[in-house]
Amino acid sequence: MNLRFLRRTRAFFTKRGLDRELEDELAAHVGFAIEENLERGLTLEEARRQALISMGGLEQARYKQREARGLMRLDILLQDLKYTFRTLGRDPGFTAVAILILALGIGAHIAVFSVVNTLMLRPLPFPNADELAWIAPPPQKCGFSCATYSTDAYDEFRMYTHSYQDVTGYFAFSSPGNLSLTIGNGAPIPATSIDVIANFFKVLGVKPAMGRLFTPADALDGAPPVIVLSDAWWRRQFNADPQIVGQAFDINGRQTTVIGVLPASFDFGAVFSPGAKIDAITPLDLYGPPRDWGNIVTFIGRMKPGITLAQARDDARAAAPHLCWNNKYPHSCGSYTKAGIIPVRLKDYVSGRLRRSLIVLWSAVGLILLIACVNLSNLLLARATARSKEFAMRAALGAGRSRIVAQLLTESLVLSGAGAAFGLGLAYVLISWLAHQGAIALPLLDSMRIDGAALAWTLFIAVTAAVLFGIFPGLRMSGGNLHESLKDSGPGTGQSRKHERVRAVLVVTEVALACVLLVGAGLLLRSFLKVLDIDLGFQPERAAAVNVDYSDSPADGNGSTHDSRKAILMRRQLFDQQVLAQVSAIPGVKAAGISDFLPLGQNRSWGLPLPKGVRPPDGLPSGPLVYVVSPGYLGAMGTRIRGRDFTWSDQYEGEQVVIINKSYAHYLASYAHWPNDDAVGQIISSGNTDMQIIAVAEDVHAESVEGENGWQIYYPSTQAFAEAPRLVIRTTLPPATLAASVMRVLREVNPKQTAAEFIPLQDFVDHANSPRRFFMLLVASFAGLGLFLAALGIYGVISYSVTRQTQEIGIRMALGATMGRVQKQVLAGTLRLAFAGIVLGAVASLAAAKLIASLLFATSPWDLAAYAGMAFALLVVAMVSGYLPARRAARIDPMAALRAN
Amino acid sequence: MKQSKLDLLQGTLDLMVLKTLAAMGSLHGYGIARRIEQVSGNQVLLNQGTIYASLVRLEQRGWIRSNWGVSGNNRKAKFYSITAGGQRQLAADARYWERLSGVMERVLRMEKESGPLLGEDGEPA
Repeated sequence: MNLRFLRRTRAFFTKRGLDRELEDELAAHVGFAIEENLERGLTLEEARRQALISMGGLEQARYKQREARGLMRLDILLQDLKYTFRTLGRDPGFTAVAILILALGIGAHIAVFSVVNTLMLRPLPFPNADELAWIAPPPQKCGFSCATYSTDAYDEFRMYTHSYQDVTGYFAFSSPGNLSLTIGNGAPIPATSIDVIANFFKVLGVKPAMGRLFTPADALDGAPPVIVLSDAWWRRQFNADPQIVGQAFDINGRQTTVIGVLPASFDFGAVFSPGAKIDAITPLDLYGPPRDWGNIVTFIGRMKPGITLAQARDDARAAAPHLCWNNKYPHSCGSYTKAGIIPVRLKDYVSGRLRRSLIVLWSAVGLILLIACVNLSNLLLARATARSKEFAMRAALGAGRSRIVAQLLTESLVLSGAGAAFGLGLAYVLISWLAHQGAIALPLLDSMRIDGAALAWTLFIAVTAAVLFGIFPGLRMSGGNLHESLKDSGPGTGQSRKHERVRAVLVVTEVALACVLLVGAGLLLRSFLKVLDIDLGFQPERAAAVNVDYSDSPADGNGSTHDSRKAILMRRQLFDQQVLAQVSAIPGVKAAGISDFLPLGQNRSWGLPLPKGVRPPDGLPSGPLVYVVSPGYLGAMGTRIRGRDFTWSDQYEGEQVVIINKSYAHYLASYAHWPNDDAVGQIISSGNTDMQIIAVAEDVHAESVEGENGWQIYYPSTQAFAEAPRLVIRTTLPPATLAASVMRVLREVNPKQTAAEFIPLQDFVDHANSPRRFFMLLVASFAGLGLFLAALGIYGVISYSVTRQTQEIGIRMALGATMGRVQKQVLAGTLRLAFAGIVLGAVASLAAAKLIASLLFATSPWDLAAYAGMAFALLVVAMVSGYLPARRAARIDPMAALRAN
Repeated sequence: MKQSKLDLLQGTLDLMVLKTLAAMGSLHGYGIARRIEQVSGNQVLLNQGTIYASLVRLEQRGWIRSNWGVSGNNRKAKFYSITAGGQRQLAADARYWERLSGVMERVLRMEKESGPLLGEDGEPA
């Protein structure tokens, strides 16, 4: 049978030769027959006639032979295709509009599919990624410090759990710009690196593109410093030098050897810290000073094959009591039991919270495709009316119903195929653009691309769409009454009137679908505006931050003794004072201050200072976020305080002072029974240190824009050790214009100051809001597209009905109807359609609002403004798209219209 | 009244063509058609044109082969002959037809109230 199929296929491609051969054969056959008939004594004419009769029809013989010989179905398909191209080519306007609509619908769909595929469907870019687990306590109010563990806890976790092949982690407190690379005599270049536990890449399964990755020896205390470069930094900073491995550079003042380059497929930021640019990876010294830094590392485990998440959870729970915050303090053992140690799939940690947004996006784009299909159906029906005679004629000539439906399906497939091809191009452009939006805080964006799955999905969508919008007009057209169609003299009678009703229903559907989209977009937009309106507790406008580098002197020691600490803090104070005095003197600078962490960036906490001499209640919450700041910092941020700010005379050996935020003060006052519940002037203590609260600051949105406020405590940088300090300036001029002057001052005070970037505080806010903005913009543009398609649909139907009624309108005008009246009537018809759609859509939106409710911020899913806005927008659009045909109707010349028949 | 001709059952034409070629050796399309008509005593309703569909089908299956040649009266024609595979197929198909027609014959000869459904040789039909 296979052999026969091959031969048939070959016959299909060698049609011409075989046909010629068949003709020869048939000619010979007729020749033989005539000869024989002549021999029987017939006349030549009669002989020929008899020969042809016994042959039974030459054309039939040809057809049958071809049918037996080749691939008849394919032949028919090709015929249909040829015919399709001819009919579509004859109507370029229709074809262009149809393909455009489909390209927009399918393009949007494919782009969103790629986003969903990247974030939700595809595994993380690691081998056997489903074995990877993120191990952390559930979210608490105290920021990164409560989401991490100590290095001792890391060792104990590894020792006491059995469900992991291995566990690794990274240092969660590396601040942006923590590397300072000096090449030759150039200005130090800032870069960002993350310290990871030596087995980090082994656990994730990342292989170097060049050189090697870390070994345990690299992380030992006193090991020669080494670094692994990201692919992007290697290209940008080192011109993709193929000889880079083995070279050493001055990084943070130490000769650091490049041991390897990471593959382009591994981007630390894209997975663990969306929107951040991580240039390099360095080994974390687990057994050196970090041992005493408290909670600093995250846990990432690779589960053994076959271990379920539930087993890993039980395992972690069983191990928790063995974990010590610090082995030097036996009472700290078991302290992690309270918050819990809960493994979740790394994938869920990375993109789990985007699930809802993605589902909404997916639904939105599904609606768009549906609208596009309804629109196309509508257009095809309009054509159907025009073509009903053509099909009736074909049926009369013997075409079966299936043959006609097949022809129509071929047409829709060709249209959707072309739409899909253009849509794919559109999606490609969109995706490439998105993949380079590094500033959007969404994970894995850089790995977004149109892959095999997306292509398969495109094919599926194209076929589904073709069937969706093609089958309905197809069945209507082929199922019609032959007689009726042939008789139907076009506009104004039978079939076309019925088609118009169907088209009206389609338009109402389309409007209703667009309604749902508009309401969704409206709700998201309202939420976004509400988010922008949030009082953050600081003023991001006209303020900027830049990293500064302390020039600690080795002569001051390492801070382990009282004298050494004092010396370091004194030197830093001089530095701060000098920098702030000179920066403040720059014209345009209104205020300046220094802090080691900034809101909406990283953070840390140091435990919970409590009122002195009052018994604390049971079940203490976790501690406030800690900021070590200079005098003037809160003013520069625009954070209001009640009480006094820090001054330079708050000395290391003087009285210890702090500023706390309102919520924290409120909590302390709730059981300390301070006079007037006023925290200012009260003493709180932590360990053996007493601290006076000199002011209460307003609550700052430190961890997220939308989340609840946590607690904050500010220590003066003259009394506490700051991490990586950042200078904040508030200006009267756009901050960027002052960047050069500020940098000059910093260089003067410290020649080793890196060429750090000047970041407007607004950027931190925008970065935090970027996912919401991203989703809002996408849904809004889909809604716009839906509105446009709905307008197109309304226009099509109204315009067609005006054409159909030309005569009727002509008669009415001849009988005295005014232009205004005719116009009003057409517009009323339009509004009826729009109104029906809006009512239907509003009901559907109410039902769909639940889906979106969890994505809203301070906005009810039944927000009146969103619904009213939607109704208004649709009515306006309906009016506009009805106006053109209405005007045309009003301009009908009664004489011309009547004469046309 | 003229007796109407027999309609060909599906697939019988292929078998007739094979048998004709097996019996006659090499023949062209017209020759095959005429031979079948003659053998059937002109009882078969054969549109001669349909023979070519049958021929192409048989050739694609490898049961016959064809060559262009010249006929006795000097006319160029395509001559068909049966292959070894065709011979085997013919034997198989012929056996099948014999069995089928035997059964048909017995069934049609069945008489009213003839007792158990047994053939003349006592075997179940």
